[in-house]
Parts: sequence; C-alpha cells; structure tokens
Amino acid sequence: METIVFYIFATTSIIGALFVVFHRNPVASVLSLVLTLFSTAVLFILLFAHFIALIQVLVYAGAIMVLFLFTVMFLNLKSEYLKFDAVKVPITLGILLPILLISTFVTKLGLQKILPMSTMVDSHPEPFGTVEGVGEVLFSDYLLPFELTSVLIVVAILGVVVIAKRRLG
Amino acid sequence: MTVSIQHYLLLSVILFIIGAYGVITRKNLIIVLMSLELMLNAANLAFVAFSNVLGDLTGHVFVIMSVTVAAAEVAVGLAFVVTIYTHYDTLNIDVLKMLKG
Repeated sequence: METIVFYIFATTSIIGALFVVFHRNPVASVLSLVLTLFSTAVLFILLFAHFIALIQVLVYAGAIMVLFLFTVMFLNLKSEYLKFDAVKVPITLGILLPILLISTFVTKLGLQKILPMSTMVDSHPEPFGTVEGVGEVLFSDYLLPFELTSVLIVVAILGVVVIAKRRLG
Repeated sequence: MTVSIQHYLLLSVILFIIGAYGVITRKNLIIVLMSLELMLNAANLAFVAFSNVLGDLTGHVFVIMSVTVAAAEVAVGLAFVVTIYTHYDTLNIDVLKMLKG
C-alpha cells in the first residue's frame, strides 16, 4: 500500500516538475508547481513528517504559490515561444546528467556501506513529526536560529518596501 | 518491495536536476524563480527522508528554516520582478544586463 502511494505521488511530482520547466504558459507552470508541492506533502506524510506536510500545504502551496500566481497574472505575461538553444541545452545536459548518474551510484552503493540503516523506519514513538515533537526540538536546541529567523523576515519586509517605494517615487 | 531511503533520495535528485535545468536554460525570470523553489523542495525531501531514517527531528527543523527563507526570498524576488517589468517591459534575463537601472 505504502509502495503504491509512493510511486503514484513520485510520478505526479516529477510530471509536475517537468511541466514547470517545459510549459510555455507561466500560469500553467505555477499550477504544475502546486501539483508538485502537494505530491511532496503526501510523501512527507509517508515519512511521518505530519507537521512539515501541513506547513508545505499551508505556506508553500498556499501562500507562496498565490504570490507567484498573483504576480504572473498582474504582469499579464504572454506565453512565450520556447526556443531550442543549441549551445546552452547540450552543455547543461552534459553537466547535469553525469551528476544524476553519480548521485544514483552514490545513493545505491555508498549509502549501504556508510549507513547500516538504509531502510525506512516503519513506526516512530508518538511525538515524532507532530507539532509537539518538532516544537520541542525547535524551542530548545534551535532557539537562537528560530529567533534569528524573525530578523530575516523583518529585513525581507523592509527590503520589499524599499524596492516597491522606489518605483513610485 | 518496500520503499527505502534510496527511492526518496533518487526522487530528490531527479527533482533537483529538473529544477537546475530550468534555472540554467529558461529565459523568463519568474520561471527561474519557480525552478529555484523546485530545487529547495527537493532538498527538503532529502532532509525529511534522512530525518526519518536517523530518527532525529533536526531535519524537520531545517525544513522549517528552509521554508521561511524561501518565503522571504520569493517576496523580495517578486518585488524585483514587478519593478523590472515596469522598468524594462520584459522579463528576459538576457536583456537584463545592467546592474545600474
């Protein structure tokens, strides 16, 4: 059952990712990215990361994607003609496909030697992955990074205000 | 046949490479930002998979930080996109060469 669910949603996430990169219409790209993010949220649930799956749906697929969709529709972008770049595309594929091969090799062979636990854990004790478990780690061991995140968000807000204001004036 | 961590890592690598291909080859600035989101998402998947295998919640905390940084990055990036579009009337990244607008 778990295997079937994994393969279904892995396939949909890869299909969505391919549509993001290869579709001509930006609105279709945004919606395909939503499909990919939802499929990844399902995979997070399979990995016992319920809180992360919730965040993925609420923040990523909800807030960030609405921002993208709003910008695409606000700018009224035309669907572009995808031109095949005879220099860039082969070079990019020549760089990226060996990386794919090497990482496949490493995950297939190297990981079994380094980590004895290459299989997934079927059941964790209760607070794993829930709000309680993640919050306990977040507010004890990683309290300082959590607080510094607020500084990052303030800087982002101020940056956006400055950028948007310069356009008006 | 059960699902092992190799499956999740392979899926993560595939998503990351599709995203990297989009970042390098696409011309539209918004599509480039979206491919960047795809790469971040692939990294998050690898974090959560390792977190499950090791039985440690640190990976989840990293994912929360990553989502926060992605949200901030998208906010600033899309503000730039709107400004660039009103200034140049295009989002083609080959046209946008000057640092000083």
